[in-house]
Amino acid sequence: MKIVILGNGISGITAARHIRKRSDHAITVISEESDYFFSRTALMYVYMGHMRQQDVQPYENWFWAKNRIELVRAQVQSVDFDAKTLHTSDRRVIPYDRLVLATGSRSNKFGWPGETLNGVHGLYHWQDLEAMERHSAGLQRAVVVGGGLIGIEMAEMFHARHIPVSFLVREKSFWDTVLPPEESQMVNRHLHEHGIDLRLETELKEILPDDKGTCRAVRTHSGEEIACGFVGLTVGVSPNIGFLKNTALETNRGILVNEFLETNQPGVYAIGDCTEMRQARAGRRPIEAVWYTGRMMGELVAQNICGKKTAYDPGIWFNSAKFLDIEYQVYGDIRAKLPENQATVYWEHPGGKKSIRLNYDKASGAIAGFNLMGVRYRHEVCEKWLREGAHIETVLSNLGLANFDPEFSDQYESEVVKVYNRQTGKSLSLRQRRGLPGVLRFLQHLSTSSQR
Amino acid sequence: MRDASVSIANPAPMMTTVRQKLALVVAGVGILLLLVVWAAGRAIAPLPTFGAALILVAAGILLFVREEYLQRPEGIKNNGVWFRSLTARGVWGWLAGVLITGFYVCLYWFPQYLAGLIQLFDPVSQALRGQAADQWFVYGSLYTAAVLLMGIKFAYKYRHNPYQRLRTLSVVFFQLGFAWLIPGLLMRLQQPEIYFTYFWPLSYYQGTPMAYEGYAGSGLGTFFFFFGLAMFFVGTPVLTWFFGKRWYCSWVCGCGGLAETAGDPFRHLSDKRLIAWKVERWLIYSILILVVLMTLLLWANVATGRSMLQGISEPFYKTYSFLIGSAFSGVVGVGFYPILGSRVWCRFGCPMAAWLGIWQKKRSKFRITTNGGQCISCGNCSTFCEMGIDVRAYAQKGQDIVRASCVGCGICSAVCPRGVLRLEGASELAGDRERPFK
Repeated sequence: MKIVILGNGISGITAARHIRKRSDHAITVISEESDYFFSRTALMYVYMGHMRQQDVQPYENWFWAKNRIELVRAQVQSVDFDAKTLHTSDRRVIPYDRLVLATGSRSNKFGWPGETLNGVHGLYHWQDLEAMERHSAGLQRAVVVGGGLIGIEMAEMFHARHIPVSFLVREKSFWDTVLPPEESQMVNRHLHEHGIDLRLETELKEILPDDKGTCRAVRTHSGEEIACGFVGLTVGVSPNIGFLKNTALETNRGILVNEFLETNQPGVYAIGDCTEMRQARAGRRPIEAVWYTGRMMGELVAQNICGKKTAYDPGIWFNSAKFLDIEYQVYGDIRAKLPENQATVYWEHPGGKKSIRLNYDKASGAIAGFNLMGVRYRHEVCEKWLREGAHIETVLSNLGLANFDPEFSDQYESEVVKVYNRQTGKSLSLRQRRGLPGVLRFLQHLSTSSQR
Repeated sequence: MRDASVSIANPAPMMTTVRQKLALVVAGVGILLLLVVWAAGRAIAPLPTFGAALILVAAGILLFVREEYLQRPEGIKNNGVWFRSLTARGVWGWLAGVLITGFYVCLYWFPQYLAGLIQLFDPVSQALRGQAADQWFVYGSLYTAAVLLMGIKFAYKYRHNPYQRLRTLSVVFFQLGFAWLIPGLLMRLQQPEIYFTYFWPLSYYQGTPMAYEGYAGSGLGTFFFFFGLAMFFVGTPVLTWFFGKRWYCSWVCGCGGLAETAGDPFRHLSDKRLIAWKVERWLIYSILILVVLMTLLLWANVATGRSMLQGISEPFYKTYSFLIGSAFSGVVGVGFYPILGSRVWCRFGCPMAAWLGIWQKKRSKFRITTNGGQCISCGNCSTFCEMGIDVRAYAQKGQDIVRASCVGCGICSAVCPRGVLRLEGASELAGDRERPFK
């Protein structure tokens, strides 16, 4: 059987690796973007000089031939779902028995005047990084539009190269549609500490060209003009499915798939950023452009193609990021605005760069989520408490089990317990401190079925 | 496209502040003084010149790094390491490599060309050891100064990380105390010059009959001889069981101490390819076997009345001493920092590391655990692993990292942007739990 995977990002490559683990099918991976798989999330580190291109490629180049995964560099222009063939821009025809669509995302543009000018780019593809590099020489100022994860990455990138950045954020506070107010303000302060020109409640109106068709400034809604030689548009991403629109393949915002990641076309699957679940699981969105969901879908589609039919279950929500120097981790249900039925325990370090937040259900006391800034918590421990709906007081008195900070780091769990005691008038105390032996004992009861 | 990183490798130079430029001038003049004395072959007014060079270099470095790290928010400071000439195998990197290599070549084989430096260090040697300086005193003193000054730099760089601060304090303490002050003071007290933190087989001489006989008449010397052997046979297995090989390699050892401080700017230059790991395993265990064989031969020679085996054991010792003891551990090990990274000797050569590694791999609680599904395969951990371990290969699969070569420096954990890696000890044998929590 010949399996063709369209896209060599984390989803497509994970699928290829796991199909190879499970079978001897012929595997071809097609990419328009790059010869070899690289970690998209590491693009920023190449620009900042922490790593080179080869360092962000998780596998050495011999890996693919050794594992009989054929890599093809081509732009696929259309798919003939009846004849089961792919058609490339250089007129090649590639047949398939099973097709896995893993085409990823593209950066959003919302029809701003000037958004197609030279020097206006998103940050998603390797080519975006090359564009940033091309425009960086002699750049006097960059403007980044959009206060999300990629926006703050791009701001950090320019800042690392000593290029002044103006960071335009539509909201009242950085990423305050996702982060609770305290954490969001912590990031605002940190951006200021680094000397990044953060403009809250500022929206882009238009991008102004010079006489050569390159951007020379942006104008905001308030009419202010900010001179700049580069504009980063980081206002989210959407499924990259332009060439599949208006074909027999059923799409909405993304390629529609069922819980087995099957599209409406026989033998055609879709995974990763480009998919939209027909039926999103409780508490999850139909499109999740996240690294690890792509990896999970890749692993799952391999199982399904190789005859072990399994439904997609991404488990309990988690994520992580780094806001310049402040690491961020989230496990479970943490909303920007605390829901009516939840209560929160929030501790912040006097230095203002670390915090721990636990949300729980007021009525039952069941833990709902963990939000960490500048503190590392262990995924498996948090997940077990969340899955079991552990009582907040059970969680608090054992909270040290979750601590994943390096050895000798201060442990703040007793401070979190104090906050809870202050709020409730109780006199709970911390029973468990950090340490792997305790964690192993705690997790031994964990069911082995958890899929990640 | 494939060559993109070539264009990316040449951006505008990183900014230095006015005070940093001033600091560079100050340190530069100090280093220039040393180079002039080295080139001239003699030192005029050794004490004032030495004092001036020391103060200038120390002040320059400290001023520079205070500005570099303390004036900026704390965090990971790897911006531009692949852009800078010194740290990315550029012109400055090669020049530094040639300079350090040249110094080692003089040190081992042409000490007469270090006459000026030896004169320069004479007053200090007299003060500390009560005797004239030789090239080894010059070497030890420069080495200690490098560990101390670059250790302060490293501690500033990682000031947000208590593990790194404590570990740096430890290597500086052991270098300054056990590898410089104590051996010097022992000499002043007419005792053998003993380095209490260098055991056989890293110090291949320590296990030989020559060492044993050399200590004759000195209770302390004989004690150290057996102490060293006990550290090999008992201390290493026990301490490694609890802490992993880091108890030695990244907290105590002088070679490790230099790598972790002066070598830190070059840690990313280590080779991460699978082929390098293969070479590493062949080479390091071969050298362990060689040093054991050599030592046994030397003792057999003594036992058989120094007749039969003299013709084999002595040339064997001399060859090992030249090829491994001097050329590999010194010239290549340190001289090639700016080309091959900071742990070439520790990774490919050191027989002590090989021995520690066997215990770490087979019988130790130490491992690096990974944090569930948080890994994004970015590659910072692998890139900044001085031992060339492809940490990411484990992290992205959620596997614990149990590798013979890991020295437990903790930098993979520090540079991880998603909080995925943690050095720790479990209640059980590390190898028992390759795929945790699943």
